[in-house]
Amino acid sequence: MAYSDKVLDHYENPRNVGSLDKNDPQVGTGMVGAPACGDVMKLMIKVNDSGIIEDAKFKTYGCGSAIASSSLVTEWLKGRTIEEAYAIKNSEIAEELALPPVKIHCSVLAEDAIKAAVADIKAKQAAKEAA
Amino acid sequence: MSASIEMQVLKGSGDDLHPIYLDYSATTPVDPRVAAKMIPYITEHFGNPASRSHPYGWTAEKAVENAREEVAKLVGADPREIVWTSGATESNNLAIKGAANFYSAKGKHIITVTTEHKAVIDTVRELERQGFEATYLDPEPSGLLDLEKFKAAIRPDTVLASVMFVNNEIGVIQDITAIGNICRENGVIFHVDAAQATGKVHIDLEKLPVDLMSFSAHKTYGPKGVGALYVRRKPRIRIEAQMHGGGHERGMRSGTLATHQIVGMGEAFRIAREEMDEENVRIRRLRDKLLHGLQDIEEVYVNGDLEQRVPHNLNISFNYVEGESLIMAVKGIAVSSGSACTSASLEPSYVLRALGRSDELAHSSIRFSIGRFTTDADVDYTISLMKGKIDKLRELSPLWEMFKDGVDLSKVEWAAH
Repeated sequence: MAYSDKVLDHYENPRNVGSLDKNDPQVGTGMVGAPACGDVMKLMIKVNDSGIIEDAKFKTYGCGSAIASSSLVTEWLKGRTIEEAYAIKNSEIAEELALPPVKIHCSVLAEDAIKAAVADIKAKQAAKEAA
Repeated sequence: MSASIEMQVLKGSGDDLHPIYLDYSATTPVDPRVAAKMIPYITEHFGNPASRSHPYGWTAEKAVENAREEVAKLVGADPREIVWTSGATESNNLAIKGAANFYSAKGKHIITVTTEHKAVIDTVRELERQGFEATYLDPEPSGLLDLEKFKAAIRPDTVLASVMFVNNEIGVIQDITAIGNICRENGVIFHVDAAQATGKVHIDLEKLPVDLMSFSAHKTYGPKGVGALYVRRKPRIRIEAQMHGGGHERGMRSGTLATHQIVGMGEAFRIAREEMDEENVRIRRLRDKLLHGLQDIEEVYVNGDLEQRVPHNLNISFNYVEGESLIMAVKGIAVSSGSACTSASLEPSYVLRALGRSDELAHSSIRFSIGRFTTDADVDYTISLMKGKIDKLRELSPLWEMFKDGVDLSKVEWAAH
């Protein structure tokens, strides 16, 4: 598989690997994919009271480009608002990493992971307001 | 002239461009002794072994017949039972199509196993297209064939069975004697693909109830492009030629013999006969060292039976690590993977699936195959490389984290995509 230098760099030196406290009301978690399909991404974001993402962590089971896609988005997410995060498109990820066509689904998965994490934090916020 | 040629085997140093070679089941380097013996037959002794009218031909013919004797000796056959081919794929085609066609009046049913090499499975499929019927038996989770299931698959019109001696992916050794006896009792012709067996297990065709057996040179330190088919004389087995022409090889396989290749195969098989006992002890020790080193890692699964297995092979799945990222991580060693991502097809290894392994475990498998030039240092390097990379990839794996937290992954509802 001929990967770009950017994919190889993220694969060799993945950024922001790890987990945040999933019970923290400021932390949103998104887990997408399935083991049988060969990739599972878990993305966690910590959002402050002004709606800005302060921290992002990931863990990914998958091929090199799945690891690179999730590593890249953790870099992109920090400092953005959750609305800006929600607007990130898979095509931007694929372009940045120069993913080969057969690996585009990895960028789709990363976009899905962001959306799932944002949905989780919004649900937590809504539950807090309701309480 | 050949003596002056300095020859050595390149086997890698462990850097990314020269990984350590642990893929001896894919192919082996030609032993320098074999290469030295071949060279004069390319240049000086170039005659056509079929030329009967001059010394060029006689010299070549003598070399071919010496090689035939060496191949026969390794497997306990008569030299007249050995037919030269271009390799095990051709031998399998010639044996299966040749016998099925010759004896088709007797019946049109063939039995084989789902873990056979594609050169057998696809040949049987082709015969199905031509009107034969086939039964493909699944092995047990160990990779070994259940003899009762084999017996039960035999029908009155079963004409041929084909079962490999040693599996190329998991290295398990089938009970060829027992399967052959069942074939004998039922009048079924028995073909065995022994491409992965020569030099690894003792083969004595004088005793083995086998009618046809395929061999390859390049899995046993000989050159690529040459193989042989054993065709039993007593009781005599007939096959229909698949290659027509000058009537070489007693009409069973026409085509000018590749003298230098054949000389190489003969020398490779001579060395195997003389050195295999000692060599296999050494290789078993290295394989066991590798196994013990890797077994320190949590959640590893050996694929295939460990007892009924050649010492050269270790096929292991590393749970919770995805196959392609694993192969990317271990660039310092040249190994083969059951992962679909590394091959042209999209399916994980059909052999591991036939054993009942899940897609995940099949995807995360690596076949290590050890050989003549593997050293202790190679194995030490491999163990430490694997340990470090598996740790790193599991650190990245959400599945590993869930497993460590005690989550039953089979009960999770995944957002499949």
